[in-house]
Amino acid sequence: MSSVDRTSQMPDDQRVVITGIGLTSPNGHNLEMFRESLLAGQSGVRNYNIRYVGDTLAGVCEFEATKYQSRRDMRRGTRAGTVGIWAASEAVQRSGLDWANIDKSRVGIYIGVTEHGNVETENEIYNIKQFDYDTTYWSHHHNPRTVANNPAGEIALNMGITGPHYTIGAACAAGNAGIIQGVQMLRLQECDLAIAGGVSESIHTFGIFASFKSQGALASHADPTKASRPFDIDRNGIVVSEGACMYILERLSDAKKRSANIIAEVVSYAINTDATDFVLPNPERQSQCVNLALSRGGLTPDRIDIVSTHATGTSSGDSQECIALRNVFQGCESVRFNNTKSFIGHAMGAAGALELAGNLPAFQDRVCHATINVDNLDPECAIPGLVINQPQELPKVDYILNNSFGMLGINSVVIVRKF
Amino acid sequence: MTPAEIRDEILDILSEITPDEDLSGLVDEKSFREQLELDSMDFLDIVMELRKRHRVQIPEDEYGNLASMASTVAYLEPKMRDIVNA
Repeated sequence: MSSVDRTSQMPDDQRVVITGIGLTSPNGHNLEMFRESLLAGQSGVRNYNIRYVGDTLAGVCEFEATKYQSRRDMRRGTRAGTVGIWAASEAVQRSGLDWANIDKSRVGIYIGVTEHGNVETENEIYNIKQFDYDTTYWSHHHNPRTVANNPAGEIALNMGITGPHYTIGAACAAGNAGIIQGVQMLRLQECDLAIAGGVSESIHTFGIFASFKSQGALASHADPTKASRPFDIDRNGIVVSEGACMYILERLSDAKKRSANIIAEVVSYAINTDATDFVLPNPERQSQCVNLALSRGGLTPDRIDIVSTHATGTSSGDSQECIALRNVFQGCESVRFNNTKSFIGHAMGAAGALELAGNLPAFQDRVCHATINVDNLDPECAIPGLVINQPQELPKVDYILNNSFGMLGINSVVIVRKF
Repeated sequence: MTPAEIRDEILDILSEITPDEDLSGLVDEKSFREQLELDSMDFLDIVMELRKRHRVQIPEDEYGNLASMASTVAYLEPKMRDIVNA
């Protein structure tokens, strides 16, 4: 007997739906392009060079930033602000909202970040090195660029939003955490409209590359498009990427009132913590997090059609997540698993939000995009239902579960339903 | 640097700070703020760029001299006359 989907029994003003998506990813600057690339097996990873580290690989975004931001503001702000402004503006434009007449004091901005400020701090130290470390050459722009709320604040400034804005620091679980915060604030009536998701400017800080390299976790491959290979036996680490993905979230009651095009409903979520290690994941806690999201939504594992995995291409992380997934989904024959990082690398704070977005069109086309670059599946990652190298058409797609985990043992799960 | 070279240098700095503005019609005697969208952070950028490019130090209580192109060039001329334009 089917479990009872708890969210569907809630009043409309407690149900939260997605009515707009804006994004930029290394393989597409809108949802259609992104989805097309995911179905076509198109990677967005390329050769890249950054100071001190030298030649490496990265996921780089290309989009017409001046469509929504002046060059002056781009110079004054940060790359995280710029990708965020692009994604937020696109999301609003695609939501069908009468933006000019929206009460901007009732709009909240909740942006997940893995890290923020490293880019600007590195740039300033590099700059003052030329002046024998004389700090009078340190830019007055440093503080407004590096305050932790910067990416959300730049969106607010650009779009004239006067409701709450802040970022949620949640390592690589941040994209999901941004969405979750948006849902919670809507349910609490703290805002009427939430712009929620995540951003990454991480490819502009050499420190993240150098640190992964020192940890033995930075991907390398002669062919950049093959470098990000979660679940493959020859995976050798993470490809760092930039990106952004924003969702327009509204209470179902409001979305119905304006006859909005509803893309999906956020039916459940969970965040928990390993409390076991700075870096290494804990599959027991990960499965507890997935189970918490399922039970909170009144769902059994067999109700899920697609699981978007977090796997980053590290030797330990991927197999640990597979342990967690086996624990939860054992015996669920119809569930399919895929992975977006195999296409775009690890978009850090944007990862969870982007990875969910790329799967949402499956509610319409019933296609589960693949995990690419699996030439030799690691037996430890051979979970039944893993969609490898070619997309797979499914009989139905009603529920998608999105995993996003991060350092210091933060785990996050979001479950969305076809509407 | 001659006053004309100083003016060119200030124009170059302004074009970096305000990349969206057309500076071709800038009137030297009118204040920058009347003609361009400049705020206090932008004026600090002018000060910082002069310091970085030419080691010219402008004390805070003298920032007011940077109000217009004419007043800026007049103020900077004694400080920059010995600088050889690269």
